Amino acid sequence: MKSKKHLLAAPYAAWAVIFIVVPLCMILYYGITDKQGAFTAENILAIASPGHARALWRSVLLSFVSTVICFLLAYPLAMILAAKKENNGSFIILIFILPMWMNFLLRTLAWQTLLEKTGVINSVLAFLGLPAMHMINTSSAIVLGMVYNFLPFMVLPLYNALSKIDDNVIHAAKDLGANKIQSFLHIILPLSVPGIISGVTMVFVPALTTFVISTLLGGSKVLLIGNVIEQEFTQASNWHLGSGLSIVLMIFILLNMVVTALFEKEET
Amino acid sequence: MKKILSAFLISTAILFTTGCGAEEDDANVVIVYNWGEYIDPEMLEQFEEETGIRVIYDEFETNETMYPKVEIGAAEYDVVCPSDYMISKMIQNDLLMELDFERLPNAKQNIGTQYWQQSEGFDPGNRYSVPYCWGTVGILYNKTMVDEPITSWAQLWDEKYRDEILMQDSVRDAFMVAEKIYGYSMNTLDEKELSAAKDALIAQKPLVQAYVIDQVRDKMIGGEAAIGVIYSGEAIYTKYENSDLEYVIPEEGTNVWIDSWVILKNAPHKENAEKFIDFMCRSDVALKNFEYITYSTPNEAAKALIEDEEIRNSPIAFPDLTQYDNLETYIYLGEEGDTLYNELWKEVKSY
Repeated sequence: MKSKKHLLAAPYAAWAVIFIVVPLCMILYYGITDKQGAFTAENILAIASPGHARALWRSVLLSFVSTVICFLLAYPLAMILAAKKENNGSFIILIFILPMWMNFLLRTLAWQTLLEKTGVINSVLAFLGLPAMHMINTSSAIVLGMVYNFLPFMVLPLYNALSKIDDNVIHAAKDLGANKIQSFLHIILPLSVPGIISGVTMVFVPALTTFVISTLLGGSKVLLIGNVIEQEFTQASNWHLGSGLSIVLMIFILLNMVVTALFEKEET
Repeated sequence: MKKILSAFLISTAILFTTGCGAEEDDANVVIVYNWGEYIDPEMLEQFEEETGIRVIYDEFETNETMYPKVEIGAAEYDVVCPSDYMISKMIQNDLLMELDFERLPNAKQNIGTQYWQQSEGFDPGNRYSVPYCWGTVGILYNKTMVDEPITSWAQLWDEKYRDEILMQDSVRDAFMVAEKIYGYSMNTLDEKELSAAKDALIAQKPLVQAYVIDQVRDKMIGGEAAIGVIYSGEAIYTKYENSDLEYVIPEEGTNVWIDSWVILKNAPHKENAEKFIDFMCRSDVALKNFEYITYSTPNEAAKALIEDEEIRNSPIAFPDLTQYDNLETYIYLGEEGDTLYNELWKEVKSY
């Protein structure tokens, strides 16, 4: 019986090895060697060069801001949805994830059309006799794109976590004299921490590594670390440097996960 | 934006066609790797009808994105259309096949002598490449959005055009603009000159609306920006679409470029590749293709067939290069030179 179960896992194991483990090893290999194949730490230390460090810092900043905004928007929404329970809630969830059925690239291109100088929003403003706004090709436009694209990844885990909270626990808190704020701070928030953690990770990580959003909505003026890595592979054809910087980025993502995991331990 | 969509569509089309490849005759195809929107699709159909060779067509946006794909051989191509300096890099790295001009009679006959001479700069002896299009890099501006004639690269640094400027998002073209302002060579490797050019680009950055490539065309037509750096081949088309647009070769001089057909050394369908290149050099084909893409053709026979006199004598499509000073062609700077330019460009972009 047990060996049969192992067999069932074989396709996934093969998948994981071919498409996850092997590529990771290749990145590692490229990252610590130079073009002649000799060992070097240069590709990783290259993150300290002013251009790379600025791009990384900007990426961390923008993805942090996006994650905070996503959280502040998503938490109340998830609470409302969880309170509706059953049918109503899942209908709203459906509406919420409906845009995700469309290609990510198209949705971002749509934002470009909206924000452009001669775009939809400025045309409406001009029609109303209001001055035009400068929106496209700024850091704010990139944050907007990140929030728009990644918000569902924050809402869904929060909704899952919140809807699993037993109503009786909240009722008990109220019976024992807790007011709304107290029961939120001491009961609901701590119980939803697993949802917060997976939500934060699922928003922060893709935001940190994106290069499409910054190219389309930043007009290539705001260089993120994802753009640097992409250009090393596609333009400069320096796979070694690209891999080295990817390793640094992975370390940052791991750090983020460690910090959130520590936070989780403290809460529970 | 159009570019990304078309690239997406084309790559799915390729996936689809190669996916079905098993059922068809695999041998009788030619795989072409060309710049985006750089051929009249009807010519591909015509080629297929006349020769029975199926064309698998793929596009790139810059020389720099094309090169690694070809070098690694991750995708197999037969015919590629790189620019001058990239051709010399490909020759140096032994990626190209020497052409047999006996099998390319149209190319030998129709391409003007001056273009073969010009090609000697990057392909000594004219052994590897057949000129396809040529042109200059200049400034496209919207007459209604500026209050003075644009004549100089330096005007791209004018504070009053803040957020109205589109720069090329490709390292050599961007640096060329800054280098020309100081009167440096666009092939300089002098550290002082390069650092001055870099500082100039950084100083310009707050004024730039966006760094784009193919989108310059659409954005200028749509009136999204007042001034943009663009290839001369786009000028005629953009003027058709928006008559307020004007193209100018700046007084400081600029880059004269040639994009040429080459056949890769490891091309799986060399004979078909020769047929394709020679077909594109046929005067009637080159003419129709010119009318579609509006990039200057080096095909003298096709140029003689252009009916519209205004276009045949257009100083934009066929400028008399002896009239301008300081025209230069990019040369390959070697691996170290490439790395140096890339590093400096990254500093500009991340600033």
